[in-house]
Amino acid sequence: MRVVHSDVLVIGGGLAGLRVAIAARERGFSARVLSLVPAKRSHSAAAQGGMQASLANVFKGQGDNEDVHFEDTVRGSDWGADQEVVRMFVNTAPKAVRQLAAWGVPWSRVRKGEREVVINGQKVKLMERPEAHGLIGQRDFGGTKKWRTCFVSDGTGHAMLYAMGDRAIAEQIPVSERVEALALIHDGSRCHGAVVRDLITGELCAHLAKATCIATGGAGRLYRVTTNAVINEGIGHALVMETGVARLGNMEAVQFHPTAIFPAGILVTEGCRGDGGLLLDGSGHRFMPDYEPEKKELASRDVVSRRMEEHIRAGKGAQSRFGEHLWLDITLLGRAHIEKNLREVKEICQYFLGIDPAQEWIAVRPAQHYTMGGVRTRHTGESPWLKGLFAAGEAACWDMHGFNRLGGNSVAETVVAGMIVGEYIADFCADPGNDATVPMNLVRECLEREQAKLDHLLKGGSEDANELRARMQQVMTARVGIFRTGSDLEQAVRELEELLVRSRNIGVRCRSPGANPELVTAYRTQKMIKLALTVACGALARTESRGAHFREDHPRRNDRDWLKRTLAVWKHDDDTLPALEYEALDVSRMELPPGWRGYGAKDYVDHPETPIRRAEIEAIRSRLAGADRFALQAALMPYEHLLPPRFHGRNERIEEKL
Amino acid sequence: MNAPRRALNISVLRFNPRDPDSTPRLQTYGLEEADGMTLFIALNEIREKQDPSLQFDFVCRAGICGSCAMLINGKPGLACRTLTKLLGPEITLAPLPGFELIADLSVNTGKWMRAMSERLRTWVHATERDLDLRRMEEPMDPDLAERIYELDRCIECGCCFAACGTARMRPDFVGAVGLNKIARFRLDPRDSRSDDEWYEIVGSDDGIFGCMSLLGCHDVCPKSLPLQIQIAFIRRRMAAMGLS
Repeated sequence: MRVVHSDVLVIGGGLAGLRVAIAARERGFSARVLSLVPAKRSHSAAAQGGMQASLANVFKGQGDNEDVHFEDTVRGSDWGADQEVVRMFVNTAPKAVRQLAAWGVPWSRVRKGEREVVINGQKVKLMERPEAHGLIGQRDFGGTKKWRTCFVSDGTGHAMLYAMGDRAIAEQIPVSERVEALALIHDGSRCHGAVVRDLITGELCAHLAKATCIATGGAGRLYRVTTNAVINEGIGHALVMETGVARLGNMEAVQFHPTAIFPAGILVTEGCRGDGGLLLDGSGHRFMPDYEPEKKELASRDVVSRRMEEHIRAGKGAQSRFGEHLWLDITLLGRAHIEKNLREVKEICQYFLGIDPAQEWIAVRPAQHYTMGGVRTRHTGESPWLKGLFAAGEAACWDMHGFNRLGGNSVAETVVAGMIVGEYIADFCADPGNDATVPMNLVRECLEREQAKLDHLLKGGSEDANELRARMQQVMTARVGIFRTGSDLEQAVRELEELLVRSRNIGVRCRSPGANPELVTAYRTQKMIKLALTVACGALARTESRGAHFREDHPRRNDRDWLKRTLAVWKHDDDTLPALEYEALDVSRMELPPGWRGYGAKDYVDHPETPIRRAEIEAIRSRLAGADRFALQAALMPYEHLLPPRFHGRNERIEEKL
Repeated sequence: MNAPRRALNISVLRFNPRDPDSTPRLQTYGLEEADGMTLFIALNEIREKQDPSLQFDFVCRAGICGSCAMLINGKPGLACRTLTKLLGPEITLAPLPGFELIADLSVNTGKWMRAMSERLRTWVHATERDLDLRRMEEPMDPDLAERIYELDRCIECGCCFAACGTARMRPDFVGAVGLNKIARFRLDPRDSRSDDEWYEIVGSDDGIFGCMSLLGCHDVCPKSLPLQIQIAFIRRRMAAMGLS
């Protein structure tokens, strides 16, 4: 039995995982990162458009600050987010961008003087201030009041991941590449690490650690059409759910990105619309202002995706041999802009569509993009149910996105969460009270159990994993997509449950020693079907519409009955459905009580406490009339005590000197 | 309206070094071409329908992560963004040379790149360690930021190294990928290293002086990085250092 020890075991080598490991390392703890692929090939690299942080350097970002970023994020979440966590996030995001700048990210910089931009289909001249010259620039993104998205052309995630990956190498953090966690090692109350399979040799070993952190990203591959990389299969989520103890939160909250190229599903950034690109229908008509007069193409993603599908249903789509789609027009931005700030988009259009986006429209249709739900944690990143188990980034639900994430808030979250959760993990490791004796018989049992599962698959049942997976993906895309209904969801649950039962009889034909890709597909498919069921069951139970979760049979947001987070756990291995529970959000402590988002549907059912909290807030505001925004914020919802001390403090801006 | 679909024959150089029964061989798979088919789609179809043991690597399938570099009809390239319609009906695929073979089309570029990064110390060596994160960032010239990004776009796919003549003769050669990193960090004012320190790192035949200027790297780079000019520039600077 091979056993590897570290203080901190990070599962996942993307931005969040690497940042957690760096934080632990900086505090003197040994950290090891496990990654399915070389760390710099993680899906973080695919983030194109940028990272939100309220630096307020550009002309159209003036007046931006944490308060505006906070409100945009909470409205974007359709009030599903944990507002304290959002506050922690918005105050740390500028620090994260600035630290990354020092670590080498070549952020696009402000150039002083006049420049021409496209806003609402019109060319507009802006004057950038001389004092902003050379500072980090921002572009416009959906669902934001100010230009806040810091960017590196449209390769932001790539540049961030490379700087982070190089930083991890500088810190001599070992990254085990091409390995996969198969199960968490735990005794029902304390997590001790994971059983890990080497994807080159096929060997199993045990990784033991004081703290284990899930940073495995999203689960887009539950769907047939997704922008996600092929490794985003939600296995980290499944490992947690299979403990039978730790819970996942809000797995039914799934984001569909408006502009995936059609039919391949590859992302083109929201920056296309942020920079002035328009959505056109089959007849070339710009339709978004008809639906969303305020924010138009730049409403939040859930709203834009729904409006696009609604328009296609109304028969207004463009026809192609693959089916219906809409158009994204960025020709009005001009070649120079596209070749400088949207060059990945240009390459993608060139290679996958065979078009030049400076001259031709891009065929797009919404596709699965982001998993808002994830491993439910406290604000520290720790699971309340399994001591020593942490999560960060897209895989986590600490919960800053609620039911819809804003563009530019994902890569921002990965790094911010990595910083904060990394500090809390270091605190956890530093506390002798958290020392644990790992019973080696438990480790051996876990290893043997996982080996037995693999042997069972290799012994050969009659079911084909590829077929079950394809069917699952089809069910998810057809019935658990942008528009949901009770009857569709019931049928989805039924069918997925059947697939789950069948998945217990998967057989693997390939006997080749070592990697064996068929075996990998087999055990992952078993886990993915469980996770798909969790999404479908959560969606079926939630009889309201909130953010990206839209029920045609329950189209209103219902704060009275549903201002709560779904929790899911897989209690016993032979269960065929997850167990669902709920956790209420506390309106009486919200800084921003529920209301209209500023785009999308205007009617909703109020929570009985909302008017009370509104009145309280009004009273606080009038009592503190004349006080600065920091004093007011602290009176409404204090949060600084929740942040690790090293991330306390205000953020300097041109207009707000320290 | 529907043109008859082409029949493709994809021949893959197969070998699994972990399997004692495996010998290197070319195996041909026939399949029907589909609209918009890429090598990503074709290889997955082969693995799902014909041969579950076939090994290859894809991650982003969008041409940005650098996982799927292989020899496509003898030339290094990214398989995921290669449309089959741009190739003839007979397609030959082989693993990227110069890297440890895992099996079939899967090679361990990640291990090589990490070793290269450790050796060349490819991270910003800042003078100041304790940054006050509350303060505004240091300004940077907007043009300089763009020039750094131009070199930062490398995706470490390994195509340049596979196309490198020097790499065939000098196993420890850092390759265009490594020399481009040196150019990138040398350009970056946040990195405090001086030319004599760069010389210590690449002023050798395994570094800049090993390059024979065949420039296969430049021809095959999927991101069209300006490798030719960067290598020439670094060589001039390092030669000047060596002579001084």
